[in-house]
Amino acid sequence: MTMPVMKSDPMASFYDEEIEEAYRRRRPPLLIKYKANIQSFFASLMAPLVTLALLLLIWQLICIGPTSALPSPLRIWSEANDLILHPFYEAGSQDMGLGWRVLTSLKRVAVGFGLASVAGILLGAVVGQSQWATRGLDPIFQVLRTVPPLAWLPISLAAFRDSQPSAIFVIFITSIWPIIINTAVGIRNIPQDYRNVAAVLQLNQAEFFWKIMIPSAAPYIFTGLRIGVGLSWLAIVAAEMLTGGVGIGFFIWDAWNSSRLPDIFVALIYIGLTGFILDRVVAFIGNLATRGVHAN
Amino acid sequence: MSSYLSIENVDKVYARGTNVTKVLDNVCLKVEKGQFVSIIGHSGCGKSTLLNIVAGLTKATSGGVLLEDREVNAPGPDRAVVFQNHSLLPWLSTYDNVRLAVDKVFGATSTRAKRHEWTMHNLELVQMIHAKDKKPGEISGGMKQRVGIARALAMQPKVLLLDEPFGALDALTRAHLQDQVMALQERLGNTVMMITHDVDEAVLLSDRIVMMTNGPQATIGEVLDVPLRRPRDRIALATDPVYLDCRQRVLQFLYERHRYVEAA
Repeated sequence: MTMPVMKSDPMASFYDEEIEEAYRRRRPPLLIKYKANIQSFFASLMAPLVTLALLLLIWQLICIGPTSALPSPLRIWSEANDLILHPFYEAGSQDMGLGWRVLTSLKRVAVGFGLASVAGILLGAVVGQSQWATRGLDPIFQVLRTVPPLAWLPISLAAFRDSQPSAIFVIFITSIWPIIINTAVGIRNIPQDYRNVAAVLQLNQAEFFWKIMIPSAAPYIFTGLRIGVGLSWLAIVAAEMLTGGVGIGFFIWDAWNSSRLPDIFVALIYIGLTGFILDRVVAFIGNLATRGVHAN
Repeated sequence: MSSYLSIENVDKVYARGTNVTKVLDNVCLKVEKGQFVSIIGHSGCGKSTLLNIVAGLTKATSGGVLLEDREVNAPGPDRAVVFQNHSLLPWLSTYDNVRLAVDKVFGATSTRAKRHEWTMHNLELVQMIHAKDKKPGEISGGMKQRVGIARALAMQPKVLLLDEPFGALDALTRAHLQDQVMALQERLGNTVMMITHDVDEAVLLSDRIVMMTNGPQATIGEVLDVPLRRPRDRIALATDPVYLDCRQRVLQFLYERHRYVEAA
């Protein structure tokens, strides 16, 4: 608060550099400043690491015999460490690193989930705004959202006659329901106060949508998006198993057909980590976008 | 005779199934330009409903509202409302809250620079320039209400509607804000209609006090002119015989003739 006052004072410019210099000398070295942070970071990392090590140990002990049906962690490492160490190698049309496969799957998810987000938010806004649409459409949504992703696949294959758009459609149809339903709830929960403000200001439909509806319903919308992105990731792996081509889902199916069990375990880890990151990314964007909405 | 703002034979009936409640019964009120009118009554007497009808947020069952001889039946920025709970949009800074109103009302007629200037001017009127980049969640209740007032003033309304604007504030903040509103009204000459349930506030701020009978079927019981000269000073008024007399008469209306009856 004192800075602008000093700036306007003609004498202040004399002292500015001195003060700055003194302040710089007083500032503690980075390592000391962040020591507490670093310590707490490692402390919070300890528990998951120890747990992981224990689980791997138990797994190793169970699967240690040579006749064991499933591979032990050490066998996975010795047979499939190339997949772990080189996620982005490329040697042929079906011989490539898991990183590329995950990226291909992510591209499909991006298209399908992107379409579902736009359509879901718009539809949710319509449903939330109108009593009649809510009564008419809500039961239909509630029934359709329970249909498992793969059940849509034959229908979409029949409709599109191609595996690529079918996989995207499955993502779309799986992830759109939670987005619609949560958006509609968010819109219904817009406080009457904000509607009154919009009425007094005579905001038109488009202005109301962008300036009141979206920011006010943002926390609900992002809850829907977060559930949606999780479902998309679930659906893509299953859909790719059946449609083939490049992608992490097909890789698992292919590995199963050629009895490369260790590869499947590695792929599972990739899928899990990617799903986790997707969830965190959407949550992070949601936190950025909804800052202040709940501050009242 | 026509007046600036005229509320003519307004009835409001709420019907829910066979259950019909008449909230307002034949309310007639004329407000002159530049006047500060308070509407006072016990809770549930329909005073907020009346304000919402003037604002256009609620439709009258019969009768209507005329502003400069033209009927108004939809909300609009010519009747800006300061809501009891401030109703600032929490995702916008205080500047952007006011700017939204300025852009909406003057977007077609004024340049970007002018609109910025006008936004800053109104924030300055309520002494909120220092918090122009703060979100509503980061400022106190009194400050929020000041921004709400700035937003309403920025629309240059023909009538300023205040819906219990100080109701949610502590006594000291309330007195401070009352003084500010009084000074602003003197400076700008706004026509103001204020809902309140505070007798002192009504007498201090108003040129006329409209007292409403108890609901249901509430109507205007009495209108009292407050012949106190402006500027008014709350400390000097505390012993002023005219002030005390006005206060006495409102109290008598509210607590003797139309005592609040708990719904049985």
